Amino acid sequence: MTEQIDKALAREYEAGFVSDVESETFEPGLNEDVIRRISGMKGEPEWMLEWRLGAFREWLEMEEPEWALVDYPKIDFQSISYYSAPKSMKDKPKSLDEVDPELLRTYEKLGIPLIEQQMLAGIAVDAVFDSVSVVTTFREKLEEAGVIFCPISEAVHKYPDLVKKYIGSVVPKKDNYYAALNCAVFTDGSFVYIPKGTRCPMELSTYFRINEQNTGQFERTLIVADEGSHVSYLEGCTAPQRDENQLHAAVVELVALDNAEIKYSTVQNWYPGDENGKGGIYNFVTKRGICHTNAKISWTQVETGSSVTWKYPSCILKGDNSVGEFYSVALTRGRQQADTGTKMIHLGKNTKSTIISKGISAGRSNNSYRGLVRMNPGAEGARNFTQCDSLLIGDQCGAHTFPYVESRNPSAIVEHEATTSKVSDEQMFLCRQRGLDPEKAVSMIVNGFCKEVFKELPMEFAVEAGKLLEISLEGSVG
Amino acid sequence: MSNTNSLLTIKDLHASVEEKQIIKGLDLDIKPGEVHAIMGPNGAGKSTLGYVLSGRDGYSVESGSVTLGGEDLLEMETEDRARAGLFLAFQYPVEIPGVSNLEFLKASVDAQREARGEDAITSADFLKEAKAACKQVNLPVAFLKRGVNEGFSGGEKKRNELMQMLLLKPKLCILDETDSGLDIDALQVVAEGVNSQRSADRSFIVVTHYQRLLDYIKPDFVHVLSDGKIVKSGDASLALELEAQGYAWLQKEPTEDELEG
Ligand SMILES: Nc1ncnc2c1ncn2[C@@H]1O[C@H](COP(=O)(O)OP(=O)(O)OP(=O)(O)O)[C@@H](O)[C@H]1O
Ligand SMILES: [Mg+2]
Repeated sequence: MTEQIDKALAREYEAGFVSDVESETFEPGLNEDVIRRISGMKGEPEWMLEWRLGAFREWLEMEEPEWALVDYPKIDFQSISYYSAPKSMKDKPKSLDEVDPELLRTYEKLGIPLIEQQMLAGIAVDAVFDSVSVVTTFREKLEEAGVIFCPISEAVHKYPDLVKKYIGSVVPKKDNYYAALNCAVFTDGSFVYIPKGTRCPMELSTYFRINEQNTGQFERTLIVADEGSHVSYLEGCTAPQRDENQLHAAVVELVALDNAEIKYSTVQNWYPGDENGKGGIYNFVTKRGICHTNAKISWTQVETGSSVTWKYPSCILKGDNSVGEFYSVALTRGRQQADTGTKMIHLGKNTKSTIISKGISAGRSNNSYRGLVRMNPGAEGARNFTQCDSLLIGDQCGAHTFPYVESRNPSAIVEHEATTSKVSDEQMFLCRQRGLDPEKAVSMIVNGFCKEVFKELPMEFAVEAGKLLEISLEGSVG
Repeated sequence: MSNTNSLLTIKDLHASVEEKQIIKGLDLDIKPGEVHAIMGPNGAGKSTLGYVLSGRDGYSVESGSVTLGGEDLLEMETEDRARAGLFLAFQYPVEIPGVSNLEFLKASVDAQREARGEDAITSADFLKEAKAACKQVNLPVAFLKRGVNEGFSGGEKKRNELMQMLLLKPKLCILDETDSGLDIDALQVVAEGVNSQRSADRSFIVVTHYQRLLDYIKPDFVHVLSDGKIVKSGDASLALELEAQGYAWLQKEPTEDELEG
């Protein structure tokens, strides 16, 4: 049975191709000069450069964190290139016709058509390729509604006041080692602003693709939902299959002002490395949102890729009656390691948070949930409900749960439930007796296990996530 | 020689689980359209026979042969046996949380149709069939949306097994105590479900402890399975005899032997 499952898990990584695009890539290395050059490539104003340099100086003083249950060789930050962009992007294409067809083909192959006639109705896409945004679709339509959706590099120029006001306001520069590094060298990502009382007319999504070898991707996303507004945002990521590890250190900041609501969904499918742990993306990500009065932030993530994942999308529930949610599916196989979870920081009165985490471990992987629920003294009547479920496939993998609770308000209520289960022989037998092959059986059982999280995803993504799990599980049974 | 008219032919089957011999030289021949009832004491190997025939992992065949429709059943993977028309209604159906009954059934039917080179059934058509099947086994349609067996009562699980049989339309149905734990009405529902499926090209193995079920489902043959062998076969009247006298009179060897082994 274990053998069967391992076989079914030996999947093909479908996004592992390399695009033949001529790129301009910095020599590996990191120093103030490199940061000036990045800033120069983006034609940034002085304040942005100063901000980066400040972060870089902080970073030099910081230590790489070691508390996570992940094990990887020390990263040599001087061996990484910090900027790579397709040459064709140098003189900014004004329209889709001017974009290198190879770039468009790349996204098409990944199932994200950017060409007008084929674009997914109802979803605006910002396509980020290595260090630059290639194209952002449906911009005019969004502008009509007053919604700003553009590469963050462009926002720095066009909306400096908004960017200045909010960048680093949720994740301070020296929040943690990788966040500080991101502040210093971030290249592109998306900027979203939803005006007061506006319901964003379509789903927004950013698709990140790493292509160039030996480069890190340091994306930065900032979403500001003004009072009473609503937005649903999706993020997807893939990378070619390579023997070397690559670093991805992103920062995402969400600001939900009074009565606003942000729904942020991620389907993370970075290259996970091979069966023996060779290659794959190191995914060190800081994601955090702040909720003002009556606001709500909901994080949903489906993490199937990366060789190492270190990621804790969090909510600071500052305003009274604000709501934070975290729904997560993390699947590890082969030698993948994931240490992921969330922090719910309750500051305001009657704040509420829900955490549903589903960890699936197969092969020789390690999957940890790490979560913090903090009830500050001011969090009168606050509530948290946490449910962590682990599903083991085979007997060589590990599942761990590290729930931390800090309650400084006696009226606050924290509930925690945890379960560990296995894909049982009986379940497999039932499925096969009904004519399902073992792969389909495992993926169906795993999908069932994840149902509570998948139902939080927007429709198109839920289907994609289900398929992704199915592909991820191919070969895990036999 | 295997009879070419037979659907299922088992010859001198020896099988074990966890290195323990359970099936000890079993012969059985079933022709299309026949209903065979298998009765016998607890621990005789009735469920084991069902598992061995359907190819459950961990159950190994030491010797003997089994053919289904002339094909060597023992050579086939579990799922291929199912696709060849073998269906087992479980004595203890297992739960698959979060996977809806409908999804599970559709996937099963799709897999079987695909393997047989038939066209896929549309979701709308399948839903219609599934609703009809629910009605037939007297389960509310809401059960299609619930997780497979998730939180079902004992009787509901059994009816759910029968519903799966109705939708998969197998050639050989093995019903392992599908009548246990059913109230009188449900028993009738199950029996009617089976009777409605009786046809010239579908055969049944009905494992039961109760003559009562056989009042509704008239079997062509009744076999007594004891200590891994069929020790007596007869027509429907054998079940009545068993009801009256129990199994003891059939056993050549005392069961202490088994207890010690
Ligand atoms: N995995 C196993 N390991 C060891 N012994 C087993 C295993 N599975 C079944 N057995 C034994 O095999 C024998 C036959 O079991 P089986 O379930 O086939 O009986 P049965 O005829 O179906 O009985 P019942 O009428 O109680 O359902 C029993 O003695 C049982 O304990
Ligand atoms: Mg039994």
